[in-house]
Amino acid sequence: MSEQQAQSKKVIPFMAGRKVAMILSLVLIIGSIASLALKGLNFGLDFTGGTLVEVGYSEVEPLSNIRNTIESAGYKNAVVVHFGSETDILVRLPQGFSDELGEELVTALEKDFSGDIDLRRIEFVGPQVGDELKEQGGLAMLMALGLVMLYITFRFQLKFSVGAVSALAHDVIITLGVFSFFQIDFDLTVLAAVLAVIGYSLNDTIVVSDRIRENFRKIRKGTATSVIDISLTETLARTLVTSFTTLLVLTALFIFGGELIHGFSIALLVGVFVGTYSSIYVAANVLLVLNISKEDLMLPVKEGSDMDQMP
Amino acid sequence: MLNQYPLWKYILILLVVVVGFFYAAPNLYSPDPAVQLSGESSATVIDDRALSIATKALKAANIDFFGEEVNEKGTNGLIRLKNRESQLPAQKAIQRALGDSYIVALNLASTTPNWLADFGAQGMKLGLDLSGGVHFLLEVDTNSAIAKRMEFYTSGIKKSLREDKIRGFIRLEEDGSIRGKFKTEELREQANSKVRTEFSELVRQSVDDDGDFYLYMTISEAKIKEIENYAVDQNLTTLRNRVNELGVSEPLVQRQGRNRIVVELPGVQDTTRAKRIIGKTANMEFRLEAKYDALASAKEEFEFREAGRRGGSAFLERDIVITGERVASASAGFDSQTSQPQVNITLDSEGGAMMHRVTRHNIKRGLGVLFIERKSRTRYETNAAGEEVVIKVPYDEKRIISLATIQDALGVSFRITGLGNPAEAAELALLLRAGALAAPLEFVQERTIGPSLGAENIELGIMSVQIGLALVAVFMMVYYRLFGVVAMLGLSINLVLLIAAMSILSATLTLPGIAGIVLTVGMAVDANVLIFARIREELRAGLSPQQAINAGYDRAFVTIMDANITTLLVALILYAVGAGPVRGFAVTLSLGIITSMFTAIVGTRALINMIHGGRKIQKLSI
Repeated sequence: MSEQQAQSKKVIPFMAGRKVAMILSLVLIIGSIASLALKGLNFGLDFTGGTLVEVGYSEVEPLSNIRNTIESAGYKNAVVVHFGSETDILVRLPQGFSDELGEELVTALEKDFSGDIDLRRIEFVGPQVGDELKEQGGLAMLMALGLVMLYITFRFQLKFSVGAVSALAHDVIITLGVFSFFQIDFDLTVLAAVLAVIGYSLNDTIVVSDRIRENFRKIRKGTATSVIDISLTETLARTLVTSFTTLLVLTALFIFGGELIHGFSIALLVGVFVGTYSSIYVAANVLLVLNISKEDLMLPVKEGSDMDQMP
Repeated sequence: MLNQYPLWKYILILLVVVVGFFYAAPNLYSPDPAVQLSGESSATVIDDRALSIATKALKAANIDFFGEEVNEKGTNGLIRLKNRESQLPAQKAIQRALGDSYIVALNLASTTPNWLADFGAQGMKLGLDLSGGVHFLLEVDTNSAIAKRMEFYTSGIKKSLREDKIRGFIRLEEDGSIRGKFKTEELREQANSKVRTEFSELVRQSVDDDGDFYLYMTISEAKIKEIENYAVDQNLTTLRNRVNELGVSEPLVQRQGRNRIVVELPGVQDTTRAKRIIGKTANMEFRLEAKYDALASAKEEFEFREAGRRGGSAFLERDIVITGERVASASAGFDSQTSQPQVNITLDSEGGAMMHRVTRHNIKRGLGVLFIERKSRTRYETNAAGEEVVIKVPYDEKRIISLATIQDALGVSFRITGLGNPAEAAELALLLRAGALAAPLEFVQERTIGPSLGAENIELGIMSVQIGLALVAVFMMVYYRLFGVVAMLGLSINLVLLIAAMSILSATLTLPGIAGIVLTVGMAVDANVLIFARIREELRAGLSPQQAINAGYDRAFVTIMDANITTLLVALILYAVGAGPVRGFAVTLSLGIITSMFTAIVGTRALINMIHGGRKIQKLSI
C-alpha cells in the first residue's frame, strides 16, 4: 500500500502541461479534418452499395488467375483481395449492378477452378440504402452528443457539458481521422464502434467531472487549476485501470475475433486510447478555459442527499 | 452494524443468480445440425413413409444421421445430422429422393433437455452471421400503389358522372392528379358535388381557364399515408405466406421504416430459389371481357399466360373491377355437380361490394383474371464519365390466367369455373391466396452467409470472450488481490445474467453482439474499479477497513449511476437508429450495462459483506 500512500500526497500537475496538450489536440483534430476532407472515409459496402462475394478456395489460387476469370466473365472494375487467409478471396464490385450478380459471379468462379469453392458470403446493397445509412449515422452521432449534453447540463452544469461534449467530439473526430488517414474500411460495425466510443469516453469524462465537482465543494482553498489537478490525480489510478482492462479485451477481440470485426476493434482501440487522454486533458482543459469556479457549483446541492441513501 | 445485509437480501441475490443460471443453461446445449421436411402444400403429410425414403437416401449417400422424428400434426419432419458439413449434401440427397412436392430445408434442432424447455428456457437465437442464411431487405414501391389507386378513382368518377349524365372529360394527369374538363360552370359544380359525396377523400380544386372549367382532384397526405401503410402491411402478409411456403424454420419477416421489409431466412443457401418465390411481384386484376362493339379506347388486348390457348389473346375492358389484394382467401376444389375443377374465392367486404355492383348487371359476360408480373428490362448506357452503366427499367407484364363466364351476381364469395384442369385450379388458388402483392417489391439489400463462416464466427467470438475474460481476471487479481477475485466472480455472474436476459427476451445474438459482450466484460469491471479505488482512498484518508468499504461503495454509487446512464442513452440511440447487426450490438451493450450495475454494486457488496461483514479486521486485501 505504501506506494499508493506516497502517491496520494503528491499531486501531479496535469494542468501545467495543458498548453502543450491543447496544441497536440488541435494538431490531431486539424490533421483529422484535413484527412477527412482530402481523402475522405473509405466507406464499406454498407454505405457505397454494390456487390461483395467472399469465397473459400480449397487450395491457393493466384489472385491474377481469379482476376482474369472475373474480367473475362465481363465484370469490370472488380476489386479482388485476400481476406484473412491465402485461400479466402473477397471480390467487390461497384454499384450499378443487379442483385443477382453475386450468384452469377460464384458460378463463373466455380467453372474456372478445378478444386472446391466454398461460398462464405454474398452481400448486395442497393444504392438507395447507402446514402440513407450515412445520413442516419451522422444523425445518430449528433443525437447522441445532444442527449448527452442535455443530461450532463441537468446533472452537473452547463460548463461541464460543454467540456464533456468537446471531449467526445475530439475523440470521434480523431477516430474518424485515423480511419480516413489509413483508409481502413468504414462499415456498419465501425459506425457502431464509433458510437460505442462516445459511450466509453463519456463514461471516463463523467467519472472525472464527478470528482472535480466533489472537490470544488470540498476543498475550500485553492485555485481552479489546483482543484482540477487534485481531482485528476485522485482518479488517475481508476482511469488507467479501466482503460487498461478495456484495451485488454479489445486486443483479444482484435487478434482472435476474426476478419469481420477487425474494423470494429480498431475503432474501439483508437477510441479508448484517445478517450482516456481526452478525459484527462480535453474535458478539464475546457473547464479552465470556461473559467469554472466554486460559484458555478454552489446552487443546487441536491445530489448529496440521495447519495446517503445508498444500499 | 456496518457492511451487513439482512438475510432477505442475500436470498434475493441468490435467487436472481439461480434463475440466471437456469435460463442461461440451455445455451450450453449446442443445437444439432438437421434437415427439416415439409410438404409443398399443406395437404402433404409427412409420414413414416416419407421419412424412410429420406433416411434411405441419406444411407445411400453415406451421411450419418440420428433422431429422425415427425411432429404431432405430421406437417414437419426432422432428421438430425452428425456434422454441419453434411447438411448441404443431405439436403440435396433428400430433395432428390422425395421430389418437388416436398420442401427440404436446413435447420438447427434444439437439444435443450425437456425439464429446462418446460419452464420456457431456451437458448439465444443466433443471428444470420452466426447461423448462416439469407437476409433480404425489400423496398415496397408505394408510388405504384398510389398510382393504381388513382386509376381506380378515375374510372370510378367517370362511371358515376356518366350515370348522372354529367358531361365532361376526365383524365389522369402525369403528376398523379385527376383533371376534369367541363363546358360550363354549372356542369363543373354538379361534378364537384357528386365527387364530394361519393369520393370524399379526394381534395378538389376549381380552376377557370380560357372558357373551360377545370376541376382538379388529388388525394390528401393522410390518405397517401394510409395507402402506403396498407400496401406495406399487405405485402408483409403476402411475404409471410410465401416464406411459409419455403418451409424455413424460424423465418423473420418484419417491417422496417416507412416502406421497407426485412426477410431473414436462417439456414437457406439457395438464394435463387428463395428470391424467385419471395420476389415474385405478382398481382391480380379482375376485369370484364370487352363487348364486341366496345370502343377501342375502352378495351385492351391481353395474351393468355399459357401460350396457344383459346386463340392466344382476348379483349378485356380497361376498367378494373377489383384487384388481387381484395381476395381474403382462395382454395381449389371441384364443382359438386359437374366435377369440374374450380377455385373458391372469398373477398373482403369492400371487395365483395364492388364485385356485386359490377357483376349484377353483367351476367353471362366473361370475367377475366389478369396475372401481373413485375419484370425488368436491362439497358446498357454510357454515362458522362465514359463508364458503362446498367440501367434496369421495370415494366409490368399482364397475362390472362382465366376467362370464365359470370353465372350469377357475385358477392363476397364466389367461384371461378372453366379452368382446364385441377392443377391449374390449384395454381390459381395459390397465387390468389399468397400471390397478391399490393405494390411491387424491389431487393435493395441482400446478404448470404455460408454455414461454414457462421460456425467460424461463433468459434472466434467465444474464443475472444474467453481470452478477454481471462486477461482481465489475471490483471484484477494481481492488482486488487482478494477484492479482485470478488470482482471477477461478479463479472462471471454478470456474463451469466447477460446471457440469461438475452435468452429470456429471445434477443438475437450476432457477431457485433458478441463484440458487445466482450466490450461489456472490459467496461463492467469499471464499476468495481471505481469502488475499489475509492476504498483505497478512504483507507489512506485514515478510515477503518469497515468504514472504508462502506464509504467506498456509497460514494462511488452516484458516479457509477451517472456514467452508466449516459452510456445507456447512447446504446438506446444506437438501437433506435441502427439496423440489423448494429441493433444486436446495442441490445447486448444495454443489457450488459444493466446486469453489470446489479452484479458490480449489489453482487460484489454481498460477497464482501459475507467475507468481512461484522468482523474485526485490521487490513484489507485490496
